[in-house]
Amino acid sequence: MRRRALLASAAAIALTGCATQTPESGLRFFTPEEAAIVAAIADRLIPADDLGPGGREAGCAVFIDRQLAGAYGGSRDLYMRPPFLPGLPSQGAQSPLTPAARYRGALAALDAHCRAAFAGSGFADLDALRQDRVLAALEAGRIALAGGGRAFFELVLRDTIDGFFADPSYGGNQGMAGWRLIGFPGARYDYRDVVARHGEPYLEPPVALA
Amino acid sequence: MTIRLKPVDAVIIGFGWSGALLAEALSAAGLSVLALERGKFHDTAENFPPSRAPDELRYAVRHDLVVKPAENTLTFRNRVDQTALPVRAWGSFLPASGAGGGGVHWNGQTWRFRPSDFVLKTTIIERYGKNFLAPDLTIEDWGVTYAELEPYYDRFEYLCGISGKAGNLGGKIQPGGNPFEGARSRDYPTPPLTMPYAPALFADAARECGYHPFPQPAANLSQAYTNPLGVTLGACSYCGFCERFGCGNYAKASPQTTVMPILRRRPNFSLRTECLVLAITHDGKGGKARGVTYTDESGQVFFQPAEIVLLCAYTFENIRLLLLSGIGTPYDPGSGRGVVGRNYSYQTTSSVQLGFADKRLNPFIGAGALGMVVDDWNGEHYDHGPLGFIGGAYLAALAINGRPILNHPVPPGTPRWGAGWKRAVAKSYLRTTRLLASGSSLSHRGAYCDLDPTYRDRFGRPLLRLTFDFHPNDLRMSDFVTARLAKIARMMRPDWLAVEKREAPYSIVPYQSTHNVGGAVIGGDPATSVVNPYLQSWDLDNLFIIGASAFPQNPSYNPTGTVAALALRAAEAIIHRYLRAPGPLA
Ligand SMILES: Cc1cc2nc3c(=O)[nH]c(=O)nc-3n(C[C@H](O)[C@H](O)[C@H](O)COP(=O)(O)OP(=O)(O)OC[C@H]3O[C@@H](n4cnc5c(N)ncnc54)[C@H](O)[C@@H]3O)c2cc1C
Repeated sequence: MRRRALLASAAAIALTGCATQTPESGLRFFTPEEAAIVAAIADRLIPADDLGPGGREAGCAVFIDRQLAGAYGGSRDLYMRPPFLPGLPSQGAQSPLTPAARYRGALAALDAHCRAAFAGSGFADLDALRQDRVLAALEAGRIALAGGGRAFFELVLRDTIDGFFADPSYGGNQGMAGWRLIGFPGARYDYRDVVARHGEPYLEPPVALA
Repeated sequence: MTIRLKPVDAVIIGFGWSGALLAEALSAAGLSVLALERGKFHDTAENFPPSRAPDELRYAVRHDLVVKPAENTLTFRNRVDQTALPVRAWGSFLPASGAGGGGVHWNGQTWRFRPSDFVLKTTIIERYGKNFLAPDLTIEDWGVTYAELEPYYDRFEYLCGISGKAGNLGGKIQPGGNPFEGARSRDYPTPPLTMPYAPALFADAARECGYHPFPQPAANLSQAYTNPLGVTLGACSYCGFCERFGCGNYAKASPQTTVMPILRRRPNFSLRTECLVLAITHDGKGGKARGVTYTDESGQVFFQPAEIVLLCAYTFENIRLLLLSGIGTPYDPGSGRGVVGRNYSYQTTSSVQLGFADKRLNPFIGAGALGMVVDDWNGEHYDHGPLGFIGGAYLAALAINGRPILNHPVPPGTPRWGAGWKRAVAKSYLRTTRLLASGSSLSHRGAYCDLDPTYRDRFGRPLLRLTFDFHPNDLRMSDFVTARLAKIARMMRPDWLAVEKREAPYSIVPYQSTHNVGGAVIGGDPATSVVNPYLQSWDLDNLFIIGASAFPQNPSYNPTGTVAALALRAAEAIIHRYLRAPGPLA
């Protein structure tokens, strides 16, 4: 059911003609259950409201799914040689866990936590208020997950925002929802006519990468 | 089995600005020149056309034009008594890879250093006395003067078509330019860029404070320009995808847009990409460099003999290749002796973010070097006597990053997510800007590079180990200039502002600048420098070490103008003196 919702929104986008959104929109990394949780999280981090679509409709979970299936998810470009020693904050992250491994572990643990705490309901089944409470507890480090609850929260927050503002060809920011929200014109690439028009609104609609 | 190749006159290790400038000069003089570059070939039409270049995720967030840490990184610690750990993902700085090097994705802020910067130690001692400097500061004079470099600064600016306004023409101060700069022989080749709203507001406020704002000299060109080699660059379109991006308009000066079209036609020049230099072969101190060993993507190892070796691999890899090749005495922070790796320094940055309820700043209008600058609180432009520190910063409003993934500011106190965040980000994006203080960084005894004892690269060779923290002098300086920056910010009458001070310890995580300098420094004395004033190795007279690795300390301005001037001066010394009488030039 939830899977269908994700696919349906992706299909709707395909209909509106977004270039690289293939109709299949099949998941590349997440299981349908994982995708549903991530879509639910993204929709609380960026809720739908009168200002525009939220994280779910904007496709943030699709974005994250694709990122996790690629170089980013596997930390393929990073230095991943041992030894992995605990460091100082000034020395940067030192974990052997890849983003893909973090999501895999944390989503299962989060859902188990919710089922235990909320009479069998997983994260995606909770109402918005409860979801917000769970996320706030994760953020504050009050829910311990394998690999770190707070670290997972920071990861999913960053990935969701990245997806909301990245070019739509990556699967998020569908309909340029993120760009429309803030007034970013995307890949216009030429503002010579307006650079000296101080304080005036920019009128052209945003464009995505060809 | 190592394949031994046919000798060339000159082999260049690394093809960024340094390598490209040397390649152009030496091949024009008739030498056979081979450049070896570890990264991929990059060209405007193929790699960053306007339909593909403005991809924030790919270039600014995932660092597509930067060397992958999996291929080469370094280890880091703040102090010698800590264990250095690998920089697993880039943060504080972004070392380049690929043809054009950092010249492809730099901002283009093109500065000259001041006359006093080249004689910093002498200047400070003359002005404030011997005891003014903290004893662990290891700042040095350069052994080359501004006057000697001026023609080469000029040549680089005209090669690039830099857009700006002179502040000092032959000693006469020019209204609208930087009144503190050294004398120039002529004005910039192209006029300044047009200022967007935020830099214009900053300039008005700075004038109200009694300061002297001027346009940031830019390698993002205000108009089309044909350089002395006959290569034409386009005009900047203020697209906003510049820092960390290749330019699809041919409007940002880079090796691609200034010298590569010429080099391609020269039969005596060749560039081999995806070739990683592993070591320099040499006879030992007092002898010659014999050539370089490199490997291509297949893993085949080659030996390339050469009459002259030019090490142009950026600060970190310059130092590392010297250490891996056993050239020069490694620096020892305990005794203070040795030179290779000594005097690393960086950039002490801070900022003020400010937001307006009613002013639409349109931050997406931008370029890498677009903005207004104030130089009143930099270097020796003010008296440090009563202050007890040296150095300073240029203060600037630069319209360089309005891209939303990395720039979606909200006022302090805003929730980090949820409906409140969404409302705030929708309201703030168009109406927020950031002012920058780009401060000096002094070399000191505990800031250096050596080889890491534990962590290795994919070939099993030690990574470079960086040990660095900001010296207390620089933190005091930063507090002082940041207060001046906040004063200008308040004069802009924002509805909110947030001061972001620079504090110790230095962190490798947030981006600060790719202005890593020193470690193979220039100077007049082999006991405290690695290269002489012509960037020639003191140990091997046919080895030249080009790049910001030569800076004995960092005087606040972005480095590339000075990297280029030193490179062009070295090239001329090689052509006019070294080739005639190979041997030490100093
Ligand atoms: C995002 C960003 C913005 C910047 N903005 C500015 C600015 O506005 N103003 C300014 O003055 N400076 C700026 N800089 C710094 C500027 O890019 C550098 O000063 C400049 O590129 C240095 O040129 P270089 O040729 O010495 O080194 P690089 O450009 O780094 O070139 C070195 C080359 O050597 C290659 N190499 C390294 N090791 C090996 C090896 N072992 N074998 C073969 N090849 C090797 C690398 O792949 C690289 O291509 C910026 C840098 C970055 C990253």
